[in-house]
Amino acid sequence: MNLDIRLPIGFMFTLFGVILAAYGLLSNPQIYDRSLGINVNLEWGIALILFGAAMFILGWRRAPRQQR
Amino acid sequence: MNLTTIDWIIMLLYFTFVLGIGAFLKRYMKTSTDFFLAGRALPAWICGLAFISANLGAQEVIGMAASGAKYGIATSHFYWVGAIPAMVFVGIFMMPFYYGSRARSVPEYLRLRFDEKTRGLNAISFAVMTVFSSGISMYAMAKLIQTLHILDAPLAKIGLPHYWSFHISILISALIVLAYVLLGGLTSAIYNEVLQFFLIVAGFLPLVLLGLKNVGGWTGLKSQLPSAFTHSWEGMGSAHTNPLGVEWFGLVMGLGFVLSFGYWCTDFLVVQRAMAAESMTAARRTPLIAAVPKMLFPFLVILPGMIAIALPTPRQVTTTSQAASGVQALNTEGKGLIPAKIDETTGAPVLDNDGKPVLDYDLAIPNMLLRYFPTGILGLGLTALLASFMSGMAGNVTAFNTVWTYDIYQSYIHKGGSDQHYLRMGQIATVFGIALSIAAAYATTRFNDILDFLQLVFAFVNAPLFATFLLGMFWKRTTGHGAFWGLLSGICGAAVHHGLTLPAGAAVGINGGWIATVHVYPSAMAQNFWTAIWAWVVCFFVTIAISLMTRPRPDSELTGLVYSLTQRPGEGHLAWYDRPAYLAVAVVVLAFALNLVFR
Repeated sequence: MNLDIRLPIGFMFTLFGVILAAYGLLSNPQIYDRSLGINVNLEWGIALILFGAAMFILGWRRAPRQQR
Repeated sequence: MNLTTIDWIIMLLYFTFVLGIGAFLKRYMKTSTDFFLAGRALPAWICGLAFISANLGAQEVIGMAASGAKYGIATSHFYWVGAIPAMVFVGIFMMPFYYGSRARSVPEYLRLRFDEKTRGLNAISFAVMTVFSSGISMYAMAKLIQTLHILDAPLAKIGLPHYWSFHISILISALIVLAYVLLGGLTSAIYNEVLQFFLIVAGFLPLVLLGLKNVGGWTGLKSQLPSAFTHSWEGMGSAHTNPLGVEWFGLVMGLGFVLSFGYWCTDFLVVQRAMAAESMTAARRTPLIAAVPKMLFPFLVILPGMIAIALPTPRQVTTTSQAASGVQALNTEGKGLIPAKIDETTGAPVLDNDGKPVLDYDLAIPNMLLRYFPTGILGLGLTALLASFMSGMAGNVTAFNTVWTYDIYQSYIHKGGSDQHYLRMGQIATVFGIALSIAAAYATTRFNDILDFLQLVFAFVNAPLFATFLLGMFWKRTTGHGAFWGLLSGICGAAVHHGLTLPAGAAVGINGGWIATVHVYPSAMAQNFWTAIWAWVVCFFVTIAISLMTRPRPDSELTGLVYSLTQRPGEGHLAWYDRPAYLAVAVVVLAFALNLVFR
């Protein structure tokens, strides 16, 4: 199969992470009352970017070998 | 519920990726093997994640959290006693026959091992069951979207009344699943299941972390809940001293052995994922790899339910449902974040026999999401929830189109067609499988009783299956007549046992006792487990008896289908970390340790 699923997964989660983290930086801190004062959008957004990037790199490194 | 643009963007992005993967895979769908078996070319970790994700439907996420709120950590028995040992067994002992026989489906294995009638019985009951399961998944999702008022605002914007949200939810989810299964077949379903797996973790992990932080961690949670809620084996000596209402023997035999092995080892929905693996070793490792995250799922799906019930009850819990009159129904009878169940027609709380309000445990997860997630991550959490519903649906649809095409259409309707003909049939089957699921979803809204009845019949049909497979795979003397009549008697055995027993406090009828009540179980769960045990025992002995009376098949025909006549797949050439046996031991030790820690 010529699609390494890690590429779209990595891409999607990086995108989600960027959106959440950016929103976390811009949003009104008051909305974080319900999440115990933690800016979950920013923190989880960064976590998702790291996960997405890791998946993407893993998929990318394998890509050349697939084109035997 | 107020979703903002950011939540919608996340949801729409996810749908774009789901459809994009399907569209990308379309070019590889050339033969029926590509479509139904993903070309048997996927690595073990992908199949493994799809293996659990296909099972991670509505029942799992919503239901396990509900059960966590109702029974506490004892719900983990469904994982650490139920699923894990069965997953290890199917990987180590059964996969060599499923994968090695080159059968394309579980019913086809029955055809190879036994005969046409055993296959027919299994194929037809399975096909009907998948259509209904996918319909129920669709119904549950539409109902939830309606209850949470997710679509109300966008509908109002385009001038449609809010009650359309049910129809639109069904239509959209059906179309999305239809599109990606039709485009990329099983590969697309499996790839999307992997995506959904990560999404569910990404959406629910922050929920659990926030909830735990709020109640003061596991110690804090323990201090808020009765002791039996945080100790899974407490009071399991007798059915009357634990929240499940079932004693350890019924639990281990009924749930751990009969029901779990019956599901994980014989249900084509999950086995199909392992059959798509690239090699025998990959197929055997599929359920073992799946077992690792499966073992940790209680923390993701049961804990939120326990946290929801442990939190202090807000003074006025507003249920998220709206009464028919349009007036917001208030509820002061909830517990923690769990509201009382509201009767849809009267708008009053539903009361049980003692006059106490019945809690709507199914709202544990949605209410947790609303309680802790601000806009932004709320979109992610809801998307994860929708993803779980859709993975359950797609799993059923792909299993249905395969069994329909190979085991029903090719065997009984049109033999000897070209491969392209069956590929085409598979695509058509996908369309009418989904159409039938929609019909099933609507039937559920109208005739709830018929649905309860059907689920009961499915339970009877499934209970004895594992006895047939166990004998078929490990005792070469088992004959086709034995298997068929054993299965039928097992199904009847289940029905008779159900007809003769009743859970405490239940009315005679759909709950049991419709022949005569000779025994009363402390809970419906106990009755359910013992029905399965009876079905299994009846099937096991009838199969043996009839097999001994009928003529066995010669050994030469059974090579590759029976344990004693099949060469064991060698593991010697593999690195130690790739060997299924080592992986299996690690999984069993871990599951045992989890039971000890949370005993």
